[in-house]
Amino acid sequence: MIAVELRKLLGRPRTWVSIGLLCLLPAIVAVLLAVTGIGPAPGEGPALLSAVLSNGTLYPAAALGLVLPIFLPAAVAVVAGDAVAGESAAGTLRVLLVRPVGRTRLLVAKLVSVLVYTALAVCSVALTGYVVGVLLLGRAEPTTTTVTSLTVSGTPMTSGQLAWRTALMLGYIGWSMLGVASVSLFLSTLTDSPLGATLGGLAVLVGSTVLVGLDAAESVRGWLPTRYWLSWIDLFRDPILWHDVQRGVLVQAIWIAVLLGAAWAAFSTRDVTS
Amino acid sequence: MIVTRGLTKRFGRTLAVDGIDLQVSEGDRYGFLGPNGSGKTTTVRMILGLVFATCGEIEVLGHPVPERSAAALVDVGALVEAPAAYPHLSARANLDLLEAAGPRAHRLSRALRRERIDETLELVGLGGAGRRPVRAFSLGMRQRLGLAAAVMRRPRLLVLDEPTNGLDPQGIHEIRNLLERLNADGTTVFLSSHLLSEVEQLCTRVGVMDRGRLVAQLAMDDVRRPTGRTVVHVDDPGAALDLLDGGVVERDGGRLVVRDVTVPELTRRLVGAGIAVQEVAPERDSLEGLVLRVTGAGSDRVERPDRVERPDRVERPDRVERPDRVERPDRVERPDRVER
Repeated sequence: MIAVELRKLLGRPRTWVSIGLLCLLPAIVAVLLAVTGIGPAPGEGPALLSAVLSNGTLYPAAALGLVLPIFLPAAVAVVAGDAVAGESAAGTLRVLLVRPVGRTRLLVAKLVSVLVYTALAVCSVALTGYVVGVLLLGRAEPTTTTVTSLTVSGTPMTSGQLAWRTALMLGYIGWSMLGVASVSLFLSTLTDSPLGATLGGLAVLVGSTVLVGLDAAESVRGWLPTRYWLSWIDLFRDPILWHDVQRGVLVQAIWIAVLLGAAWAAFSTRDVTS
Repeated sequence: MIVTRGLTKRFGRTLAVDGIDLQVSEGDRYGFLGPNGSGKTTTVRMILGLVFATCGEIEVLGHPVPERSAAALVDVGALVEAPAAYPHLSARANLDLLEAAGPRAHRLSRALRRERIDETLELVGLGGAGRRPVRAFSLGMRQRLGLAAAVMRRPRLLVLDEPTNGLDPQGIHEIRNLLERLNADGTTVFLSSHLLSEVEQLCTRVGVMDRGRLVAQLAMDDVRRPTGRTVVHVDDPGAALDLLDGGVVERDGGRLVVRDVTVPELTRRLVGAGIAVQEVAPERDSLEGLVLRVTGAGSDRVERPDRVERPDRVERPDRVERPDRVERPDRVERPDRVER
């Protein structure tokens, strides 16, 4: 069933169009930066964007920073929201269930398919970021082999360090996206409207972002799903600030566990009447 | 093959299915009749484990549902309501995907699968549909594809909900032949429909639903039992009416329904009086008669005020007036008759 879901995901034009669009924004930003040479002042604007002007190899991280607030979670919410509700709306859910495909098996396959999509999207953006970054913005000090980049703290970083820090960041952002996916996937098991499930996921995201910025919400802030989303920047500090990253992983894990559990409970007891 | 005991389903406050005891035996062609909204589809969905019963038991192929749905459903082919398929894929790709989605132990090998898909598409009359995406299919073609998905695995039990929706008369005839053939090869067919003619022509057993209850369940042979009256077509009904004097209970042009007389005796009397007989046969009850009888009692339907009596009609003395049916608001004529 997992193989079938992956075939459906990869065979669908929507998957590739959405990933293409996700990659387009960082590419446009890179072109503008390269042509004008005007970057945000250090410490302002999107994370890392001031640093990439001098060094294109940091651009994958900067590119993810660009799509992280809206585009990436929106794309993930679309796929996750469509997972069960889309089948339900099209009537194919009942066809699958009487094939028979066990409900738990179907849900796990859907989850894997959403995971693969998220990974694919995150890696595509990073890869595009790397390619356009190196091509348009160039590598810093191409002659040195040991030190090629600077951390956000201003200390040097070897390309090996940069590579594994970027890999960590991909994992962290992927994990954060899984949080969004589990909200939409849960809603997707409740409704027959894929749009509703997607928008519900985004509503949770927006709501959480609003509350994070609100001082009155201080007491719950630490448990909001988007509170530590931007903490990946700490991976590019010297030394790495693990505290927020660890908290971020933990908070996200709680949300994911609760929501996926709820999704399973809802789906396995639900009457399929569509 | 299918046994239910006290099967009940409540959706909020509405009682959709009210304690029904279905009994479908091996080899049956079972017609599950009833107007829209009488609980047929909910029952079918419960049998297939899609909807969970409020109370009661279901057994399909000897396995309790929904506890062991998977074990039961691997030998069941089903088409529930409108056929559904992935619109961007071809008929072949849809069947292939569906086959691959099944439990590992019940999948066909790749080579066998291709062969079986070709065979099945041919069987339902979609052999030439080729690579066209389902999006471009007419309703009739989708219906055939849905049937293909149901019969592809040569199931022991076929559960079909309105399988001839959107098909033209030839298509309906074709599908009926297909179902008869499959049944002759040992497949039990459970057909849910609101079309009397469909059930009458295909089925060997019927169950009739009315407002959530199973109001009748019997063999078609028992449905078609003689009523004891005789139908005769004559050239001169006036003379026949005079001759039979009071024996005629119904008259419609040259067609008379006569009581208390056997076919040979009636023929002899009419011919003896010089009245030409076109056709004479014992009257049999019909499925329609049964359905109207069992679903009519205690009806909450409203009598139409503009009922026109036909002047030439002789009223049957034992005739009980049945309130006329009100047109159901959910009835929409289908615009998309199939072109082939």
